[in-house]
Amino acid sequence: MDIRKVKKLIELLEESNISEIEIQEGEESVRISRHPNGVNWQPSMPQGYAPAPHPAPAAAPAPAESAEPVAAEGPSFQGQAITSPMVGTFYRSPAPGAKAFVEVGSHVKKGETVCIVEAMKMMNQIEADRDGVVEAILVEDGEPVEFDQPLVVIA
Amino acid sequence: MLDKVLIANRGEIALRILRACKELGIRTVAVHSKADRELMHVRLADEAVCIGPAPSAQSYLNIPALISAAEVTDSSAIHPGYGFLSENANFAEQVERSGFTFIGPKAETIRLMGDKVSAIESMKKAGVPTVPGSDGPLPEGEDEEAEILATARRIGYPVIIKAAAGGGGRGMRVVHTEAHLLSAVNVTRTEAHTSFGDGTVYMEKFLENPRHVEVQVLADGQGNAIHLYDRDCSLQRRHQKVIEEAPAPMLDLEARAEVLEACRQACITIGYRGAGTFEFLYEDGQFFFIEMNTRVQVEHPVTEMVTGVDIVREQLRIASGLPLSIRQEDVELSGHAFECRINAEDPRTFMPSPGKVSLYHPPGGLGVRMDSHLYTGYTVPPHYDSLIGKLITWGADRETALTRMRVALDELLVEGIKTNTDLHKDLVRDGYFRQGGVNIHYLEKKLGL
Repeated sequence: MDIRKVKKLIELLEESNISEIEIQEGEESVRISRHPNGVNWQPSMPQGYAPAPHPAPAAAPAPAESAEPVAAEGPSFQGQAITSPMVGTFYRSPAPGAKAFVEVGSHVKKGETVCIVEAMKMMNQIEADRDGVVEAILVEDGEPVEFDQPLVVIA
Repeated sequence: MLDKVLIANRGEIALRILRACKELGIRTVAVHSKADRELMHVRLADEAVCIGPAPSAQSYLNIPALISAAEVTDSSAIHPGYGFLSENANFAEQVERSGFTFIGPKAETIRLMGDKVSAIESMKKAGVPTVPGSDGPLPEGEDEEAEILATARRIGYPVIIKAAAGGGGRGMRVVHTEAHLLSAVNVTRTEAHTSFGDGTVYMEKFLENPRHVEVQVLADGQGNAIHLYDRDCSLQRRHQKVIEEAPAPMLDLEARAEVLEACRQACITIGYRGAGTFEFLYEDGQFFFIEMNTRVQVEHPVTEMVTGVDIVREQLRIASGLPLSIRQEDVELSGHAFECRINAEDPRTFMPSPGKVSLYHPPGGLGVRMDSHLYTGYTVPPHYDSLIGKLITWGADRETALTRMRVALDELLVEGIKTNTDLHKDLVRDGYFRQGGVNIHYLEKKLGL
């Protein structure tokens, strides 16, 4: 599903009184629900690569309180997220069709490759920064990621 | 027309580019550092991508990050703005090699003009008047000292030693007497090697009281080139322009007409593409070429105000493969315009003053234009240059435009940080500046520097 559509849905939700919205398009569907802490994601959703841009009114757009796209937003995690060191494309496996490096629940050791961020045809292996268990994988395979975007949460 | 443009810059110029893209229906990608998430144009862009931490070297100067961002957003072109990578030939080359359009001239043109020695050589061949000089790099080695001394005697003191890889006021040294020449050349060489990685230096006659007059050009790479007349940017402090105006007042009209046409022709001769500026020193009714800027400049708005030509729009059109939208005979000068560069700095000490803008209120009215990314509540980060806005005024004549600037400056409010607005208020009331035609040393003399 196009990331831009998802962003638009979130915007619609935020601007309205709706608490939950689910859209089905062919075989794909997305559900977005509002929590007291703000708009929530379902774990299988691509987190996207920017907070939805707010059209700034002529006078004073809302100041810098927009949530940082880090684990603080939405569901709270026990562990800490590994963030992307660059702009690129996120891949869960070393090659198309190959087994993913990790799944939710996988045990990882510090230094172990958990995913790849590809930039300009170069595959950069992203390593776990500590021993632990993969709590969540925040980005879908093949989705673009920006600098500092949280990728994988390790508890 | 280009489909999607990635804006590889920040601040007011990024907003300027975004506006031009939107007007043409071009989708926009705003890349930004971690510190710049709240920039005005980032909030307005169709897509935003964080490309790195605050330091420019890891973000706005990070070529792989920029190209990667263009890839993941499927952009068609990259606009480099001014500063940062806008005159980096390697960047232009990599952008094109990666399959994107670089909005600017070809990499080889940027390279040609980036080397000041080769730039001067090509300008001479193209018939543009240059400063009497060494006509090439100064030779190295002890045997060559005699030649260096002879060159200076031929040119006549005072002379200035300049780094070929320098520009914009950097890597220069003035020599008044022969006794100091050789040591000055050696020191400048060493400095140039350290700062620019290239110790090549050349020599020029040092003009004691010149004005800085520059010519704006546009070329579509399809054989069409026009000039958009001139600007006077003589009010400078430490080679940084403070106030600019268009057109340049009180020029020898014949010399001016010749230079304008020479610049236009030079664009065609060197196969120039895009927006560019030929910089001159003007003294005693004569023009002397010093360097060419192969990008859109900070002060482009004053030219837009007096010619009615949207320079950034033309850049986007040229990059889309379209011819220029106007011919030289259609370009008409109307009135006069000034631009005051508003910086986040102490008006007396010039120390940068980043911080939160608690209240921002721009002036308005007929002939008043404010190009700024500020908004109430915006925090000016400490990592980048201090330019936070440009206040531009237009009037039917120079006096009206200047008076309008005085009134507009009084209306401008930027609270929470220090700005140089008070300095500008002073300058627009300065008797000599109001008369017009002050030279490039005037401001520093006035400030007692």
